[in-house]
Amino acid sequence: MTKLSRRGLLKASAATVTFAATGSFASMVAAQEIDELIVAYNVNLPSWDPTVGASAVNPTIQGLYQSVFDQYILQKPDLKPAPGLLTDWGWNEDYSQVWMDVREGVTWHDGSPFTAEDVAWSLARVADPATGSPIQFVWGTLENHRVEGNRVIADVKQFDPTIFKWMYFLTGYVLPKAYYEKVGPDGFEAAPIGTGPYMVEKYERNAYVRLKANENYWGGAPEFKTVTIKFVTDAAARVAEVESGNSHVTLEIPYEEFDRLKAGKLNGVTAPISDIGMIFFNDIDVMTDPNVRKAAVMAVDKQAIVDRLLSGYGVPIDTLETPEYDAYDPTIKTPYDPEGAKALLAKSGYSTDNPVKFTIQTTRGFKPKDYEMVQAIVGLWRRVGIEATIEVYEIAKHYELRAADQLAPAAFYNWGNSVGDPTTSTGFAMYGPSPHSVWDGQDLIDMINPLWGEKDEAKRIDGWKKVDRYIAENALVLPLLQYEQPIVFASGVKVTPHASGALLPALMTRG
Amino acid sequence: MTLIRRILLRLLTTAITLFGVAVIVFFVIRVVPGNPVAMMLPPGATDDDIARLKALYGLDKTIPEQFLIWLGGVLHGDFGTSITTRQPVLSLVLSRLPATIELSIMALVIAMIIGGALALTGTRKRGTKVEGTIDVTNGVALSVPDFLWGLVLILLFGVLWPIFHISGRISPSIDLPFSTNFYLFESVLRLRFDIWADLVSHMFMPSLALAIPLAAIIAQLLKQSLKETMHLDYVTLARTKGYDENHVITREALPNAVLPTLTLIGVQFTFLIGGTVIIERLFSYEGLGNMAIDAVINRDLPLIQGIVILFALIFTAVNLVVDLTYAALNPRLRNG
Repeated sequence: MTKLSRRGLLKASAATVTFAATGSFASMVAAQEIDELIVAYNVNLPSWDPTVGASAVNPTIQGLYQSVFDQYILQKPDLKPAPGLLTDWGWNEDYSQVWMDVREGVTWHDGSPFTAEDVAWSLARVADPATGSPIQFVWGTLENHRVEGNRVIADVKQFDPTIFKWMYFLTGYVLPKAYYEKVGPDGFEAAPIGTGPYMVEKYERNAYVRLKANENYWGGAPEFKTVTIKFVTDAAARVAEVESGNSHVTLEIPYEEFDRLKAGKLNGVTAPISDIGMIFFNDIDVMTDPNVRKAAVMAVDKQAIVDRLLSGYGVPIDTLETPEYDAYDPTIKTPYDPEGAKALLAKSGYSTDNPVKFTIQTTRGFKPKDYEMVQAIVGLWRRVGIEATIEVYEIAKHYELRAADQLAPAAFYNWGNSVGDPTTSTGFAMYGPSPHSVWDGQDLIDMINPLWGEKDEAKRIDGWKKVDRYIAENALVLPLLQYEQPIVFASGVKVTPHASGALLPALMTRG
Repeated sequence: MTLIRRILLRLLTTAITLFGVAVIVFFVIRVVPGNPVAMMLPPGATDDDIARLKALYGLDKTIPEQFLIWLGGVLHGDFGTSITTRQPVLSLVLSRLPATIELSIMALVIAMIIGGALALTGTRKRGTKVEGTIDVTNGVALSVPDFLWGLVLILLFGVLWPIFHISGRISPSIDLPFSTNFYLFESVLRLRFDIWADLVSHMFMPSLALAIPLAAIIAQLLKQSLKETMHLDYVTLARTKGYDENHVITREALPNAVLPTLTLIGVQFTFLIGGTVIIERLFSYEGLGNMAIDAVINRDLPLIQGIVILFALIFTAVNLVVDLTYAALNPRLRNG
């Protein structure tokens, strides 16, 4: 038998390391000249169909979908709608029909022409309960979809003032009728095509997707011809990815790391996105006492939380509407007033010596500093006479408890609303019968009820502002802050953030 | 007891174990809070919408009914459909299993090399500072969990000295001409060493992170066994024959001392596979563990069941192999 000497072992080890190093360095991305843009993305992409299943309602995944598929209506980075595959849209005079004009000259990734038939079929498909779209309750308000020339018309079964907003929100994607019918759901999953700025070249589940620029894109070919999106779910690994040069762009990293990387060789941008942090109040136990609720709101110094916990990256909010939302009213204020909070609690017989007690639930690590924020809030509450016990749970448990109206008196959550309509923020979060609301007050339900079907848009938005004011005055919820999304990128690439939180390679340019 | 009887008995207990695991997992994941339908409810969903989604995923039936339906499917090779990916569970888990097996085997090989080298060196240098250093190193390696080793390795070899890939299993730019998902093995068989190097560059850090604690265990146990063996008469006889210390350790003491370590390695291999869950996540390695975390986060019940059953199957199979190997090697057990 041949003896393995110490020197031989060392030689073999060195050779192995050198071999690996050579292979690795060769494939490392060059920061200066970017041929293939590599993005370290924070979530996996479980499924390619953007209209059905759990992925379809996951806001974080939408950026991936929007790279390949187009929505009916384009949404600009400031959340405002713009002509997309639909160039114009609206209701008829008596709101019994909707009409949509379809863009001409667009092709699918396989080269076949995009037509109005694709739009009509896509809408009818998700309106059919058998398809399994989680947003069927919206799409099902339209029926009898038909094509007249370049226009799609559908009858309104039940008026929904937000129907066109859903056309640039969750599941609002146009799929290829002929191709889908030819290959079926499994074939589409294996080789998805859309009309979007990028085409899927290669996809490895739980690993990466490699995209190739759609040179025929109706909005202009994207600047980076090849984009690889790696699914790197661990924040520390994403930091290492960009720091080492393995990836050019990443997002959703701790703010401290963002500041550190930005101070070095990398560039960074943060922008307020449509996600907010909030605390649900469930109208049970002590939360039925308005003095307790109002004191709980007044005792929280939101700016201090943003400054100290989020390194200043956040915008304190007083309602569930952010400044980009349609029903944002800057005159509604819920100022920080600890003395006022003490006085209110005293009226109900509570003090720092005899605090009011309840439980607050929160996730830990689901959103940046979620648990730490709740810890800080509990600390602030303690100073005025509120003793809250923190209960940590998983986000899945939160959803289940919320749907069953079994949340604790207070529960931290983050709400996303990338269309900025008040129905999908205040509406669904605070409307008693909604499975997402735990506030069941009839007065609020009565205020909201007429707004669901209000056809006068100005009157509708004004109505929601009144609802927001009522909620703020009665402290029915504790809005905390609007999140800012940190994006880090290498020199040689310029990133335009999108207020929806979607990181879109099509918005990345050389620079 | 004959070897054949032993095998049959173990197969029977394995089947019972798997059934027990299936029952427990099925019921537990349905009893704990958090169901997949609640997670995918859009704003404004009505009770009808909730009922429709529950029916769509078969969650509208009682748990025993769901179990019987699922069990019936399993007996016909159908483990159900993943809720999040809408793909058959069996094909999903089988497509990811090779990545996890390759990672575990590589980790095991690294652990055996490092642990073996440390044990031999510690034995050769027993009573010196070298042995003390090895003991301290072992202690550190054991007290730090594998995911922390992963972070340290990322910092060292991913950022400060970027020689290995931080995430993934293979570079997206590589086109794989392979017919199986055992990329590492197939790259060797097809003599595609360019691909092999890329795979190793991706696997090295996660497998080393997994290997370090196991290497420490191997080193400790093997060194202890070697020490005991070194005092036996036949080793002393070898010394009196004039063999040098290296020969005495590697040729005389090691063959006997290594047996308990081999048994331990078999048992530890199952723990190694369990450890891949966190490590694969950290390194975004596209294996079964990474998929398991996604399944749990999304409450993808059919996928969780499939993965747990597969893990249980691997654990019992490895234990079975270890037991049978031990029985085959041990004359007292072999002959009843």
